[in-house]
This record gives sequence, structure tokens and C-alpha cells, in this order.
Amino acid sequence: MNPPDHAFRPRPESGHRRERAVFWLFRMATYFILACGAAVFLNIFFKGAGTVFTASPPFINTTFLTEAPESLYVFEWEGRKREMGDREFRAFKEQNPAAANVKTESFVYSAGGIWPCIVGTVLLVVGSMTIALALGVSAAIYLNEYARDGAFIRFIRLAILNLAGVPSIVFGLFGFGMFVIFFGWNVSLLAGWFTLAFMVLPVVITASEESLKAVPKGFREGSLALGATRWQTIRKNVLPYALPGILTSSILGIARVAGETAPIMFTAAYVVRDKLPWEVERIADFFFQGVMALPYHIYVVSSKIPQNEYTERVQYGTAFVFLVIVALIATASILLRNRLRNRYKW
Amino acid sequence: MVTAALPVMESPASAPAGASSAGPASDAPPKTADRPAGVAPGMVRAPTSPTLIDIRNLDFFYGRTQALHDINLKIEHRKVTAFIGPSGCGKSTLLRCLNRMNDLIDGTRVGRGTIRIHGVDIYQPDVDVIELRKRVGMVFQKSNPFPKSIYENITYGLRLHGKTDRAQLDEIVEKSLRGAALWDEVKDRLDASGLGLSGGQQQRLCIARAIAVEPEVILMDEPCSALDPVATAKVEELIQELRTRFTIVIVTHNMQQAARVSDRTAFFYLGRLIEYNDTRDIFTNPANPQTEAYVSGRFG
Repeated sequence: MNPPDHAFRPRPESGHRRERAVFWLFRMATYFILACGAAVFLNIFFKGAGTVFTASPPFINTTFLTEAPESLYVFEWEGRKREMGDREFRAFKEQNPAAANVKTESFVYSAGGIWPCIVGTVLLVVGSMTIALALGVSAAIYLNEYARDGAFIRFIRLAILNLAGVPSIVFGLFGFGMFVIFFGWNVSLLAGWFTLAFMVLPVVITASEESLKAVPKGFREGSLALGATRWQTIRKNVLPYALPGILTSSILGIARVAGETAPIMFTAAYVVRDKLPWEVERIADFFFQGVMALPYHIYVVSSKIPQNEYTERVQYGTAFVFLVIVALIATASILLRNRLRNRYKW
Repeated sequence: MVTAALPVMESPASAPAGASSAGPASDAPPKTADRPAGVAPGMVRAPTSPTLIDIRNLDFFYGRTQALHDINLKIEHRKVTAFIGPSGCGKSTLLRCLNRMNDLIDGTRVGRGTIRIHGVDIYQPDVDVIELRKRVGMVFQKSNPFPKSIYENITYGLRLHGKTDRAQLDEIVEKSLRGAALWDEVKDRLDASGLGLSGGQQQRLCIARAIAVEPEVILMDEPCSALDPVATAKVEELIQELRTRFTIVIVTHNMQQAARVSDRTAFFYLGRLIEYNDTRDIFTNPANPQTEAYVSGRFG
């Protein structure tokens, strides 16, 4: 009782098995990437959560988020092991004069918090993205709207493309030579802003150009045919529609600016700084001061001081906070982009 | 062939070579210059319509490719002139020469000849393209309302030229939308996006936007090619109304459309003007065998 033969019966040689194998290969590759990403994030999350969150109310380690880094002192006192930050330990010694000669172990940067680093990173991101967007969008407008294609423009595009491939440490050296030494800005916010801005410029320019290209030609022609100048057309009838796309690309730029260590190593970052950036005498000094920054802090506590159980807490805590901050800035940009996108649709 | 250049577009320069009446200034069209405007197309008109646009010996190039060869054409004041011909014959190119939209394309140039509007050569260096385009409006093949509200679409051109008085803008918006036969359909949703309209409404919105800045000439580049027959009929009807106030030049692929809406028809083939005459003559009694072959549907 065989079923009746028909034309569309699967045949053994028809490649079903290979089809399935290839499909699984691609699926596995995707899952593998997902697993790697999850491993990184979960690792940082679980190790960092111990530093950032506490078991008792208010459940968030406010010291870690609002204080400057301090040295950690570990010592035995009345039969118990005590861990204290620098200031706490000094106050303790005043209360208990007998503690003055107690035998302690000290670990730099392992107590206190990372508030100055958070402030520094936010300042670096805001400043450098402002510069990068201003320069990058202007350049993109020139290249896409004004410039006539020719050998020179092709050369500029090639240069931009090459710039994207330059390692960030080279940008760091360039910034050091150019802004820190030649312009005499020293290690400062301003030097860091420009160095980071130059690093993300290729991304911003390329993406802005793509966004401008995506605005239909008809909008430009319609505007010009009504007697608008080119600049009026760009300002009123091209740029507003391209802005969501430009913002999308700058989100990638934000993550990069916030995360790179090499460019700010020589140009803007201090290992430690007592004052917060706004504690300056003159407003001009604000731009010419170095700052602490999260990625550089991670670098310092991971490779410049002896490693032990106490430094690990700071490392992962800092990494955790760092990821959260980048995520917050990116979310803000996405929300802004969505608002703009809803305003202009075509 | 090149006569002394007249200085500026602003002055309603007298038409060259002793044509009787001057072209009216755009700002205040004199009511006196009345010839039977709004005659049905194809009817016999007074033969002495003054020339508004005078194209002489025009050669035009895209890079090394010559797109137009020695075009000689006089477009008359407040008439509908249709450009017909098969694809690639240069009719759109010529249209876009009239408000210098071709300037936007790299490598284009006028090789020889002149285009005069009110006697002023619009390709001479001291002509401000912005002023030219204010006076010579354009409606495109693909309707291109801006992704803004209907109101903002109409006021876009006015704001560019510094009109910001709200009451005045309101008035012009209504007038333009009425002029484009769109007012009754959109008066309750002026703040809605122009892109929410149907294809035909969008094209009429573009026409309204063009007439809001009070041009003298409206160039239409296949305005109905993307529209269905009903929307096309509405736009054609609209052209009939606009012809009393504007000089209209329309490029079309649709020969019936040219026959329906235009007073004069120019037939182009391979970058040359083959025949230019009253529309009725072109369609009923063409002088040139190529024209005859085209309008009777034997090629193209």
C-alpha cells in the first residue's frame, strides 16, 4: 500500500540536508555572537554590581558614585579586621590615639568613589561631540551640497576614509604634539576635546553625508524653484530632515569618544585630581585643566597599581558605571532622534 | 544676433523689436493689457501676442553630449505652450533651461544662443538666478510637497522672501489653494502634512505653492504623468483657469493632453525643434512629416 507517486515528492538528492546544515551554521554564528556579548556584559554586571549596589537601603553605594578615589587602609583592631578610606581612617586615629601605630596595609584608589571620573567623561563626551558635529556636519554639507565632484573632492574623501583607519593612539600622539605642546594648551579639556573630535570626525562626516543623500532631491529642487538660495534650501528643507540620521550616527561616535583611552592619555586625563572641574578661579581655567575619566581610571586601577581583591572591586565597579553612562547618553540621543523623526516624515 | 544686453530683470523691459505692448510687471499686472485671455485652446487668436520668452539659436550640452541643437522658439505671454516629443528629445532640458534649473547639474552649459525673458538674456552673468526663479516657477514631474503641513508648504516661498505677517499669509494661503482648486478639500486640515494628501492633491498643492509667490511663468514638467485619469482631468481643468493669469509652459508625453490644454505646441525630436505652431495646426495639419508621424501615433 504505497502512497501514490506524484511529481512533487522530496527526492534524496534535492539538497534538503545541505540546506538545513547551512541554515544552522548561520544560526549558530549569530548565537555565538550573542553569547560572547552576554558573557562580557554579565561578567561586568555581576562583578560590578557588588560595588555599585549595597544590601541595605538605599541599595546604591552612594560613596562610590559621589566621592573621589582614596587609599584604602586595612588593619586589625580589637581583634577585628577593619577597612577604611583615607579620611575615615584619619578621623578614626584622632578618636583612638592608640591606633596611630597600628600596622596597616594600604591600597591606592581602592576606597572612595569615582565621581570625578564620571564628571570628566561626561564633559569630554559633550565637548568633543559638539566640536565633531559642528565640524563634521559642516564638512558633509560642503561635500554633498556645494562641492562639484572632481579630483580634489575625491582626494578629500580618500583622506577622510584613511583618517577612519588611523589607530586611536596615533590620534593621542597627534593631539599631544599639536594641542598640548605646539598650541601650549597643556594637558587639558580643550586638548582632549579636539583630539577626540578629530578621532570621530570621519564617522560623523560619512554618516552625515549619507543622511543628506537620503533626503529626496525633489525637496531641494522644489525649494530652489521657489527662489530659495542654496543655503536657505539646506537650512530649511534639507538639514531638518537629515538630522535624525546624523544623530543616529553620532550615537556610535558617543560610545567611541566615551570609551577611548589612548587619545586622552596624553592630552586630557589625570591619574588623580583633587578638585572637581568647576572648582576653578577663572572661567578660562575651566578649559585648560585636565580631568579624570572613566576609561583612563579603569586603565590605571587595572595596570598601574598592584592587583588584589580590593582593586578588582574598583575595576568592575567603574566598568559597570561606565557602561551605564554610555547607555544613558545613547538613550538620550535615541529619544531625541525619535522626536525629530516623528516631526518630519516622508 | 546678440543685441545690447538689457540691464535687469526688475524693470518691465520693453519687448524687443518694437513689439507693441510691454510685458507687465509681475507685482501689479495691469488690467489694461487685455487681449482675449482665456480663449479655449485651439481657437483662433489674435496673431500679435507679444513674446515673453524668446529663445534664439540655443545649443545646450550635458558635458560633451549636445542635448539641444539650434532651438528658436518664442513663447507668448499668457498662453499655454506645450512641448511634446519622444523621450530624450530635449523637451524637459529646454524647460529646465527657462528657470536655469539645469545649473544644478554638473557639467551642463549653454553652448551658443540666448534665452530672453522680457528681453533680458537670463544666462548673462549679472542675472540673479534667485530673482529669475521667483518669476519663473516650476511644477515637477514627481509631486514634491515638503514634509511639512499644507500651510507651511504654501508659505515656504513667501517666508523665504520675508513675508511673515500672519494675516497676510493666511490670505495668500487661501487664495493660492483656491487658485489651485484645492481649498475646499483641505481647508479643514491646513495643519496636516502635505504628504497625507492623494497624488493628485499633492500635485495641486505643488501648483498652489508655485503660484503663492506670484510668478509670471509656470513651468510644468510632465505634471500628470504619475496621476490617474481623474486627477489628471482636475489638473488640466486647473491649467485652463491658470492660463488667464500666468504664462504656462508644459512638457507632456500625452498628446491628447497637449491638444486639450495648450494654445501652441512645439514638437521636438532628437534635440531639435521640428515644428512649432498653433496646437490645432500641429494636430490637424502638421507641416512636417515627422510631426505627422508622431502625433498620429506612428512612432514615439
